[in-house]
Amino acid sequence: MGTWRLFILLTGVFVVFSLRAGPAAAKSDHDIPEFSVPPPPFSEDIFPCSDCHGDMETNPERRELEEHTEIVKMFDHASDQRWCLDCHNPDDRDKLRLASGKLITFEESYYLCGQCHGTIFRDWKAGVHGKRTGEWNGKKVYRLCVHCHNPHSPRFKPLKPLPPPKRPEEIKNRHLTNDQIPSNPLDALKLDVTK
Amino acid sequence: MKKNKKITRRSFLKGTAAGTAALAIPVGTADASVWEAFFQQHFKEMDEDEKATVIARLEKEYKKRYKKDFSIKTTDALPGVLFGYGLDLSRCIGCRRCVYACVKENNQSRDPQIQWISVLRFEKGEKFVSNLEEADKYYYPDKVPEDEYFYMPVQCQQCENPPCVKVCPTQATWKEPDGIVVIDYNWCIGCRFCMAACPYGARHFNLKTPRIREEEINPNTHYLGNRPRFQGVVEKCTFCVQRTRGNPGRYPACVEICPVGARKFGNLLDPESEIRYCIENKRVFRLKEDLNTSPKFYYFFAT
Repeated sequence: MGTWRLFILLTGVFVVFSLRAGPAAAKSDHDIPEFSVPPPPFSEDIFPCSDCHGDMETNPERRELEEHTEIVKMFDHASDQRWCLDCHNPDDRDKLRLASGKLITFEESYYLCGQCHGTIFRDWKAGVHGKRTGEWNGKKVYRLCVHCHNPHSPRFKPLKPLPPPKRPEEIKNRHLTNDQIPSNPLDALKLDVTK
Repeated sequence: MKKNKKITRRSFLKGTAAGTAALAIPVGTADASVWEAFFQQHFKEMDEDEKATVIARLEKEYKKRYKKDFSIKTTDALPGVLFGYGLDLSRCIGCRRCVYACVKENNQSRDPQIQWISVLRFEKGEKFVSNLEEADKYYYPDKVPEDEYFYMPVQCQQCENPPCVKVCPTQATWKEPDGIVVIDYNWCIGCRFCMAACPYGARHFNLKTPRIREEEINPNTHYLGNRPRFQGVVEKCTFCVQRTRGNPGRYPACVEICPVGARKFGNLLDPESEIRYCIENKRVFRLKEDLNTSPKFYYFFAT
């Protein structure tokens, strides 16, 4: 009798949850908001990884690598505790692997980063960590973690600042022709947000 | 011979009145547009037809001056929107990209130079909030961020209680329903009271006719925002009113350019917005809060 009740209860719970997991879950998996995002910034000709790794023997040992030397050289991401296959999936190299064993694509790499950086992940989902472009009340463009942080060396790299403002004493009473007017230093960087 | 023709008080006054009237209207250049500009209504008192006339006149003037087709919007504030801004001081690296994106989007004068955003640099650990005037805004190292400094960009704080608006003798500046403090450049008389009243140094004056390369002019403008200014008027940040007022509306230029994503923008009345998340979850502060200006610009440390 007790088993029967339990069975009904469990079935009920299952039905309720499967209903809930309908359209709402399809829209936002784990509170991931709807967004568009540029594709991951792979180095040239490096993806898919299975092109080379497809028929290679998997060796999980920490060792001197013959390939990917530039990655090993820059590797600075808790590198004493970590090696390639802690994030890259050994069997299908075109996927990443979470600590749970779940495989994810490179387009969803934020799940991987979010495993350790939970508070940052939370802020990112809310649109507060990281850059957003697009429309404040419409379609927003997100960035993946790896668009700004190299996953192998995540600290944000210093930039050259643009020139400081003119001091009051440098302001001249003069008339310049069109070509003499100072141009915007942003144009040299090919950055334009006015379009 | 009558040497001294006696001037009566009556004829003197008559002559002066006629002379002043003649001087006030520049006869040589008195085409229709000068008359129209001279007798233009206050923006808030114009009906749609009057606005259209003014816009048409301005577009013609700007085309003549910059040899480009301009679009000047007069979009009203969206209902149920109060704009708020967040700036994450723990992320800002002081690279000044926001400064020049703003210059480009909002047609600030390149010569003499006007910039609506000032990025201040402080030594870490320095007691900074009470000491803005002594901050360094001329820093120029090879690379930013520098280990021993932090950076704080300052621009118009879009106060809910704006002292600049109170002092304007011609009501040429006012707070819009969406919280943006705007200026009608055609009503500004250049007295600069507002600049003296602003505790944030956010207002800037066109001492000379602003100069911008013709090819760098942004022709997508708003009447209350980035349309080209004249000599002798004050200008300021408008949260890119020409971009943000829209459904959908775009982010301000400084938000879009920021390489570290330190700048946040949204509707303070929408509980789901990014800015509300910042206020509710982060340690925010507002600049010179003790002055009771009640800025809608929130600095925070995201950590």
